Amino acid sequence: MKKNFKVVNNLTPSVDGKGLMQGRNAYVNDLAPENCLIVKLLRSPHAFAKVKKVDVSEALKLPGVECILTKDNVPHVSFTRAGQGYPEPSPHDKFIFDEYVRYVGDEVAAVAAVNEEVANEALKLIKVDYEVLEPVLDFEKAFENASVIHPEDGIHEMFPIGFDPKKNLAASYEMEVGNVTEELKKCDVVVEDTFYSQAQAHAMMEPHSSFAKLDEHNRLVVYSTTQTPYHVRRIISKTLGLPVEKIRVVKPRVGGGFGGKQAFHGEMFVSLVALRTNKPAKCIFTREEVFGSTYTRHPMRISLKVGADKEGHIKAIDCRALSDTGAYGEHALTVFMIVGSKVLPLYNKVKAVKFGGQVVYTNHVPAGAYRGYGAIQGNYAVESVIDELAEKLHMDPIKLREMNSMKEKETSPIFEIMGEGTEGTAMIMESCKLPYCIKRGRELMNWDEKYPVKKVGDHKVRSVGCAIAMQGSGIPFLDMGSCTIKLNDGGSYMVTVGATDIGQGSDTIISQIVAEELQTTMDKVIIYSSDTDLTPYDCGAYASSTTYVSGNAAYNAASKMRERLLKEAAQELEVKPEDVEFDGKVFTSGEKSVTLDDLATGRMYNNDTRQIAVTESFHGKVSPPPFMAAFGEFEFDTETFEYKMIKYVTVTDCGTTINPALAKGQVEGGIVQGYGMASSEAVLYNSKGKLLSNNFDTYHIPSCKEVGELITEFADSYEPSGPFGAKSVGEIGIDTPPAVLCNAVYNAFGVRIHSLPITPEKIFEAMKAKK
Amino acid sequence: MLVKFNLNGLDVEYVVKPGEYLLDTLRSHGIKSVKKGCDASSCGVCTVLVDDKPVLSCSLLTAKVEGHRVTTVEAIQEEAGKLSECFSKEGADQCGYCNAAYALMVHALKKENPNPTEQEIRDYMVGNLCRCTGYQSQQKAIKAYLGGKK
Repeated sequence: MKKNFKVVNNLTPSVDGKGLMQGRNAYVNDLAPENCLIVKLLRSPHAFAKVKKVDVSEALKLPGVECILTKDNVPHVSFTRAGQGYPEPSPHDKFIFDEYVRYVGDEVAAVAAVNEEVANEALKLIKVDYEVLEPVLDFEKAFENASVIHPEDGIHEMFPIGFDPKKNLAASYEMEVGNVTEELKKCDVVVEDTFYSQAQAHAMMEPHSSFAKLDEHNRLVVYSTTQTPYHVRRIISKTLGLPVEKIRVVKPRVGGGFGGKQAFHGEMFVSLVALRTNKPAKCIFTREEVFGSTYTRHPMRISLKVGADKEGHIKAIDCRALSDTGAYGEHALTVFMIVGSKVLPLYNKVKAVKFGGQVVYTNHVPAGAYRGYGAIQGNYAVESVIDELAEKLHMDPIKLREMNSMKEKETSPIFEIMGEGTEGTAMIMESCKLPYCIKRGRELMNWDEKYPVKKVGDHKVRSVGCAIAMQGSGIPFLDMGSCTIKLNDGGSYMVTVGATDIGQGSDTIISQIVAEELQTTMDKVIIYSSDTDLTPYDCGAYASSTTYVSGNAAYNAASKMRERLLKEAAQELEVKPEDVEFDGKVFTSGEKSVTLDDLATGRMYNNDTRQIAVTESFHGKVSPPPFMAAFGEFEFDTETFEYKMIKYVTVTDCGTTINPALAKGQVEGGIVQGYGMASSEAVLYNSKGKLLSNNFDTYHIPSCKEVGELITEFADSYEPSGPFGAKSVGEIGIDTPPAVLCNAVYNAFGVRIHSLPITPEKIFEAMKAKK
Repeated sequence: MLVKFNLNGLDVEYVVKPGEYLLDTLRSHGIKSVKKGCDASSCGVCTVLVDDKPVLSCSLLTAKVEGHRVTTVEAIQEEAGKLSECFSKEGADQCGYCNAAYALMVHALKKENPNPTEQEIRDYMVGNLCRCTGYQSQQKAIKAYLGGKK
């Protein structure tokens, strides 16, 4: 299946790296008109309250205030900020402004003023009469709590997701293969444990930003830091009652997303202001708003029972989870299901497996999509328990994984049962080099020398931990990407895609795929993404879909263009298309030949003139998972329990790496984000439900000094259904660090830390409890 | 108030509000390579050079640069371009939001310490947060760039 690639799988510079390093104006706030009204939001100081009255009369008198939006003057249509396809698997439980506020930071009103000072001054003049209600701040007490967070009318699920708001349930789910209770009874060894994960913040460097204006056709033009421009257009249309054709959504360069910008943020407010004032309006979130008023990772409690026979064959897994979706049910069900569907199939030889539980509302900052999307939470619990099982079996934890994990040409019944909020799709692993990844990673870490722990100083030890992971490549039968290629005079190609580059490099890898198929060089491919007026549809950047889904669309379009060019050249040479050969520059048939440059230029200006262009799409019929084996080495101080990462080894099977340097960037970036969740990113609320960890001083993301040596390799693998053999690689890197660190702490001290982040204080407390 | 300083080699006189920060002054005069990330001097994306030293412009009053030299990436285009090639080779360019600040940091580092060790690079760059790359690729790219200059 392998080709001798010329562009794909080669060291190809990214198409945009140089311009961005040189500081070109490319991001939403760089492109906003200078005369934008500034939109600022009045946010709730209460975790839960009824908004009885919003008096804006004094604020409106302030010179420079142009428009104030409240629940009294905006459409009252329920929607979800989740930014998903249609119909969404998230409940429609949000209004632009509502009669309730459900977390500290929830929106009460929006002010548009001539500048920031006036807007902020006006916020202070708005008088809000709140009836403060008892908030739900403990997610383990949310179900059927006396405080009902969504008592309002007009909210609904789009299809059955277990939505039961009167019980504070945003979603619930149950599945079982075989009979777990019976199988566990037959097991020689059963381990049980429970783990808690926190509401990690995305902390992308560019804050959520948007601006809107009316163009000369009086259409609404919205620029947004979004991962999903087409979904933004649809949701604005349905919520504001404005036809789709009246709206254009542009995603310029985006400064990191990680799932956080799949969500709606300021788009609805700037759109309403622009429509009402006929003036451009922009809303740039402060860092405090990014932390406290967008959405976070879903905090979870995950309880596992895993049973095996005494030889170490895992026979049954029972996984119960409780997820805190905060004030709104964004991605409530789908993140929850991924806990099971992108973790449990790793151990596919079980006789029975069960997964289920609830997603509850609380009065916390809402939770939503975040890289890993449930898999990191599930991985922390499952991969910790696998180590516990290995210990009980007196087995090497790597051997236990090798014996029980997924291999090529195998499957898991979970794939067919669990999909994106609905049933899934059966699939065989056509590419799965997980056994190689484990073996190679073990060597690279020099595991056998280092496991479990070595003394390296008076009060220093070094220990190692491991974990394996999987993810997906888009959502089968739902996620669609498309690509238009237009031939330019001179023989270059204009490629337009809806695929949303948010920094992960999709513009580059799509250009590579097109260049490879058309046997040309990167300088002959011009790419533009994404703009609902100009680029064909793409579901957006989520679910590890871009390389696989959008990449396949680009491959299909390039193949079609190639076919089309052969026909055009055959006409020109007066031969049959099958008799034409094309090397990327010249079409040849026997003695006759024509260059692409001449053909393209002629077709445009003087020779049977017509535009040569093609559009093709792709949706997956499977979602081939990338796989990873990860091994971490950490040094601990045995007196203070402080620790640092020494080395983190990963070997990943993502099929062909379209751009090996960018693929490495995805893996390493994911690891360090996951390591932040594992080690330092503590989420703190005060007793009234106000988020305290809401800036980079109080919420510590890793700096360059906390990262040890990263050794990142890829398995030699080829996914037959992927573009040039590729699978996606955007999320999988984040999944392993919590379990790897947890296992390393156990190997150092014999204590297991059951909540994230794993701090020296928690290790100290666990050591005290052990004694 | 009127503040006079040298911006990228040109003497400028800008009318600024009392309490105005350099980041806002620069962006309002078209220098948009300087980004706002946290507005609390804790992320590094607003880095500029004042008399060749890195400074966080979100927390520096514009009035304080009276009579000083302010440099943004607009003044070191060729160098930024070359550094980007090293970033690209290491897979260190992703969203790009922090990259112009990195170019300025590396420019300043090169002047202070033309041949730094990996540890010295880490020590110097510690205040420039990046959520995309995992840092190692950037460190390697910076090392390759500075090494290549020798």
